[in-house]
Amino acid sequence: MSPLIEVENLVKIYRMGNVDFHAVRGVSLAIDEGEFVAVMGASGSGKSTFMNIIGCLDKPTAGNYLLDGQEVASLSKDKLAGIRNKKIGFVFQSFNLLQRMSALQNVELPLLYNGSPVKDRKIRALAALKSVGLEDRAYHRPSQLSGGQQQRVAIARALINNPALILADEPTGNLDSQASAELMTLFTKLNKENGITIVMVTHESDIAAYADRHVYFKDGKVVKDE
Amino acid sequence: MNTLSTVKIAVNALSINKMRSGLTMLGIIIGVAAVIAMISVGSGAREQISKQIESIGSNLLMILPGAATSGGLRMGFGSTPTLTSDDAKAIAQEVPDAAYAAPLLPGTAQVVYGNQNWSTVITGTTPSFFDIRDWPVESGAIFTQRDVDGATKVALVGKTVVENLFGDEDPLGKIIRIKKIPFKVIGVLSRKGQSPIGQDQDDSIYIPVTTAQKKLFGTAFPGMVRIIIVKAVSPTALKDAEKNIAALLRQRHHIPTGREDDFTVRNLTEMMAAAEESAKIMSILLGSIASVSLIVGGIGIMNIMLVSVTERTREIGIRMAVGARGGDILMQFLIEAVVLAVIGGSIGIILGVIGSWFISHFAGWGIAISPMAILLSFGFSAAVGVFFGFYPARKASLLAPVECLRYE
Repeated sequence: MSPLIEVENLVKIYRMGNVDFHAVRGVSLAIDEGEFVAVMGASGSGKSTFMNIIGCLDKPTAGNYLLDGQEVASLSKDKLAGIRNKKIGFVFQSFNLLQRMSALQNVELPLLYNGSPVKDRKIRALAALKSVGLEDRAYHRPSQLSGGQQQRVAIARALINNPALILADEPTGNLDSQASAELMTLFTKLNKENGITIVMVTHESDIAAYADRHVYFKDGKVVKDE
Repeated sequence: MNTLSTVKIAVNALSINKMRSGLTMLGIIIGVAAVIAMISVGSGAREQISKQIESIGSNLLMILPGAATSGGLRMGFGSTPTLTSDDAKAIAQEVPDAAYAAPLLPGTAQVVYGNQNWSTVITGTTPSFFDIRDWPVESGAIFTQRDVDGATKVALVGKTVVENLFGDEDPLGKIIRIKKIPFKVIGVLSRKGQSPIGQDQDDSIYIPVTTAQKKLFGTAFPGMVRIIIVKAVSPTALKDAEKNIAALLRQRHHIPTGREDDFTVRNLTEMMAAAEESAKIMSILLGSIASVSLIVGGIGIMNIMLVSVTERTREIGIRMAVGARGGDILMQFLIEAVVLAVIGGSIGIILGVIGSWFISHFAGWGIAISPMAILLSFGFSAAVGVFFGFYPARKASLLAPVECLRYE
């Protein structure tokens, strides 16, 4: 199986005033298609920066990054936006839904940016909501939904373009243990049944236990990979 | 991303902060309303002036007696009566560029009919006057050269005089008394309206010049008149007419070369054109002052859009994360600014039209709202939206997605 993500000597340096801050210091990693990876490490260990780079939200200072066999480190901002739209689904700790839109409109959002016909949008968004068990909440605002439901709306949004990769940044951080367990069941199902690659950052070891592979970060480097 | 859904998103976003959007629009509303009102007022005034010029007649020259100089004391125009009815006759006959010439001898007197009386301007003149002023009678007939030659006691009355003296009665054939002298009303002049200096031209009575000279007012010397008005054959003939009249009058008044004229020739058309020009300058001035407020309104839009971009940094981040390109974000904010400006502009147009209707109503002018001005303000407000919305929108589009998502 070919690796979906392949990074080599990834370096990210932030300039803070006159001081260079090395967030990621030479990370090399390959993640195969269909893997469920938990990325762990203390805050400031560089895991979030790493996630931003493999999510095409940020560019590395140095190093190579092949996503699905395509070199992305050197792509333009617009090209990166296209890749985020089609190949990657994001799930955030704070859900990041637009508060003044309904669940349905939030799920439709990615379709707005890839020229999908207006008629298709609603059908596809409803289908995505159904796959996360929220079809009856389509016209609710995020504020009218529980944390677990909001996170499932976010997952429906991540799934709408059938991405190969889901990047989750502490997805259970704002959820109680029951909602967390339900969410992880959903992730496992998406990974096992739909073959979607999932890379998830987490602090909690019981959440990480759902993943097949654990990658530990420390001081901008991978220290353990098992 | 299609335009319609972008506009929908923009309207949605603006309706979240109704108060703020409303206040921002107010700037544009006031600006556009002011521009439309000022342009309408300006063109209304200009139209009014051209109407008055038309009422005076075109290609007119006015000849006034010159200033007397006695012992170094200069006494102003008309202080020495030097013009006569014969001068008018000579101009009409000997100056080829002059189509008509008519002498005028005006005076104010009390006019009595039955138990009514009214003070008005009585002007002695010749039938040519009505050709020059292009002023027909509404009923009856204009007095003839024979009436002038015979100094008959006949009168033409203006509409205002008729209203005040006769009420509903038909004035034709009735006898009015001017300074106790009976005059027969032989015609009623059609309505002429206000003169450029605001006089009611219908508040007047016209009688043969000879009657005025010999029977009503009396003159310092036989045949004296106060003013001669001349109509040139064409606008291009005005200059030549002016020159030839001056030469003829100098000869008739025996003025040796080197001495000043004892009369003054004034070009009325030129004066009117100057008045029209100043009205035009006035309306440009008013318009540009009003457009300053439109620019201030535009700056208001820019300000609010900048605030909006900062407030919605996280939204921008989310949109970018799911695949929005910089251009999509730019369009979103730009269209928001344009929608703001265009809605404000539309309301401003309505208010401006109502406002100019009010102004013209109270100023007594015709409404002169040009579709051009409306179209122009609409386009201008949209342009203001684009111009002042571009900077904030560009700022939003250049934000880095990571920074936006981290923004609290």
